[in-house]
Amino acid sequence: MVETALFTVLAVGTVITAILVIIQRNPVASAIYLIITLFCLAGVYLLLNAQFIAIIQVLVYAGAIMVLFLFVIMLLNLEKEKKLITRHRLQKVLGVFLGIILLALIGMIFNSVLLEGSKGKFPPEKVAALGNTEVVARLLFTDYLLPFEITSVLLLVAIIGAIVLAKRQI
Amino acid sequence: MISLSSYLILSAILFTVGVLGFMLRRNIIVIFMSVELMLNAANLAFVAFSRYLESMDGQIFVFFVMSVAAAEAAVGLAIIMAIYRTKETVNADELNLMKW
Repeated sequence: MVETALFTVLAVGTVITAILVIIQRNPVASAIYLIITLFCLAGVYLLLNAQFIAIIQVLVYAGAIMVLFLFVIMLLNLEKEKKLITRHRLQKVLGVFLGIILLALIGMIFNSVLLEGSKGKFPPEKVAALGNTEVVARLLFTDYLLPFEITSVLLLVAIIGAIVLAKRQI
Repeated sequence: MISLSSYLILSAILFTVGVLGFMLRRNIIVIFMSVELMLNAANLAFVAFSRYLESMDGQIFVFFVMSVAAAEAAVGLAIIMAIYRTKETVNADELNLMKW
């Protein structure tokens, strides 16, 4: 009962703030609403018993990535863009129409495909006994060790790439 | 317990909002935020399936998606800075150098 109420609140909050992200004229307001969306999603992850992912969501997404966004918005002078009036009215109507069609298509896929499969090796009781973070960490350092190491290389490449791109003279 | 389909519907709505923002907005930074919204929708579907199929692989995948998203945000925002420095704008309509 409490779970359903919490899910409803979080889902409605997620959708409303996500829509506000894309209709706000001011990019700073968009970024703030996106942060609220990410927090609501972290709550949904908690409902799904994914505590580690929920914390990472707040730390990495709402913390690191959104701060990066806000810094870039701060560095760019966007006063000119804010006053920009978009004249593509037909495009907007058509876009929303096609968006609804896309949503219907995704819904049809969910309806037609059998959403069941063989159960995995981690029933909720086992995860609860071991602790969510420990289970994730064990998998990460055993079965998924190679992708984990490749991720570190990817992040290194991203750091170097960002520095090179942000330099004044390349 | 909440059914799997309610989570998937939330994920689908979030993804559609992201697609709409990507297609309708002109500000590159907001377009970029819409991409983040779509990534989050995919993450939500991953976690929901991981919960209902009683497997942890979905959560591991979300972990990797997040690290890729962080790398992508760093490089993408650096590219936006470089574009702003040369073109003095972040309006996607004016960045038409590769338009045929």
